[in-house]
Amino acid sequence: MNTSEHEHVIEVTDLRRVYGGGFEAVRGITFSVARGEIFALLGTNGAGKTSTVELLEGLARPAGGRVRVLGHDPYAERAAVRPRTGVMLQEGGFPSELTVAETARMWAGCVSGARPEGEVLELVGLAGKSGVRVKQLSGGERRRLDLALALLGEPEVLFLDEPTTGLDAEGRRDTWELVRGLRDAGTSVLLTTHYLEEAEGLADRLAILHEGRIAAAGTPAEVTAAQPSRISFELPEGYFLGDLPPLAELGVSGHEVDGRVVRLRTRQLQQAATRLLVWAERAGVELRGLDVRSASLEEAFLGIAREASGGSVDAKEYVA
Amino acid sequence: MRGTVTTPLGRVAALGRAELTLFVRSKAMIVAAVFVPLVLPFSVRSVVEDMDLKESGLSVGLVLLPGAIGFSLLFAVYSALVNILVGRREELVLKRLRTGEVRDVEILTGAALPAVTVGLVQSLVLAVGCTALLDLPAPKAPHLAVVGLLLGLVLCAALAAVTSGFTRTVESAQVTALPLVMVSMIGSGITVPLEVLPDRVASVFELFPLSPVITLVRGGWTGNLSLYEAIGPVMTALAWTALGVFAVQRWFRWEPRR
Repeated sequence: MNTSEHEHVIEVTDLRRVYGGGFEAVRGITFSVARGEIFALLGTNGAGKTSTVELLEGLARPAGGRVRVLGHDPYAERAAVRPRTGVMLQEGGFPSELTVAETARMWAGCVSGARPEGEVLELVGLAGKSGVRVKQLSGGERRRLDLALALLGEPEVLFLDEPTTGLDAEGRRDTWELVRGLRDAGTSVLLTTHYLEEAEGLADRLAILHEGRIAAAGTPAEVTAAQPSRISFELPEGYFLGDLPPLAELGVSGHEVDGRVVRLRTRQLQQAATRLLVWAERAGVELRGLDVRSASLEEAFLGIAREASGGSVDAKEYVA
Repeated sequence: MRGTVTTPLGRVAALGRAELTLFVRSKAMIVAAVFVPLVLPFSVRSVVEDMDLKESGLSVGLVLLPGAIGFSLLFAVYSALVNILVGRREELVLKRLRTGEVRDVEILTGAALPAVTVGLVQSLVLAVGCTALLDLPAPKAPHLAVVGLLLGLVLCAALAAVTSGFTRTVESAQVTALPLVMVSMIGSGITVPLEVLPDRVASVFELFPLSPVITLVRGGWTGNLSLYEAIGPVMTALAWTALGVFAVQRWFRWEPRR
């Protein structure tokens, strides 16, 4: 394949990772990240996000498949890759007895082309904490210190493993703004997250990981579009599911009944909602708790998690 | 690109500087690594004075001085470094460092720098102090003592890295470091010189990791060790070091067990 690094800064092909005990955490995934793009790996805990990112960072050797970062194998050719990447691990890793400034100085001594430490501390809003020991920082401040150090070498590719976990709402927004700014300046960012809004709002493209495999991938809009919309309401007193118009005619592709609550899935939301409401109007009943919502990333995510747990008891799929 | 490209030396210096700051900030480390080795030789002095040293041709000073350097290597270098490496690993510092440009050997060298430096300075202070206080003559073959000390520093650093690999927490480092400390104190001529032991026992004990170091340092002062006789201990120390380096490559742990 002759993809120049101007097109793809990260290329992952059929990647696998197996741990010592034989557990297969990553089971053959393929994706690529373009230059200047924010790519999110989304997934529940244990989906294989960190296991994947560690392979991209070159911390471990894959059990199978291929990784290229900026055209190089990040494990075997680390000297060629490391000066051009920045990494923020899921959990910090700084001596607790050093101050923020001392930590930054130590790290700057190990980074080619490091910017002045004060500059990156300023960038993440830690300039006022230079003299504070790492152990006295809050969880959020530690994440920001970690981010600052990942940015010291002005990396072309940035790996952020759950960058906003432990941050408050404001800190999270600040980080998002910072990451967007970096992307706009040409940095490619690969981040993992289990926050849906983070992936939806920040990522240009994303992949949903589930049990070591990619369950869905694309732009947030594409992934969302692949999901059905939902209508839910309470069955009126004295009515049963069979009293509704035939569900297939409504354009409903699946349904669940939970007590008196009915949940419908459809890819023709307007048609299904209209027909349902016309039926209710004619029958003269009120659909309590009526909730009509178009597909969202959350639906996609929950849908994948649901499939994993074998689907809920009452779920039935119609052949569309 | 702003700034400069880093060099191995620059990276080790940056890490070593941070480690030195941490070393100085840890009271426990100061007591265990700086204070203990300076005091221990004087506490075993009375035991050595009661020994029958006539036949071996040794004096109290010739037993205490190499022993003092042995204590320094065991406490200031070996035990301290096991603690440091386990601590950094458990705080995920080693893992974080490995995501950057620093190479593995540089990370270990940087981490070892303060402990090795303290061990070196302490040994020199002890050598001068013992020579002056215990009426020892100047060393007759100082080059042997220097070789012994340098081998001891490298060997202890390597063995500390090996020990850290099977030490889960900083607390358990006190236990995992104990075997080498005990074996060396008894069997490497640190408290009891091999010269006063039965030959058969001595010929086994001289294969222990720190024995060649003590033999070379003592030989440096007595001048009784010919160049030919020095080859054996040097080879023994090199063999242990090589074994240590091999074990580090094989079993060193860069991140906590999960």
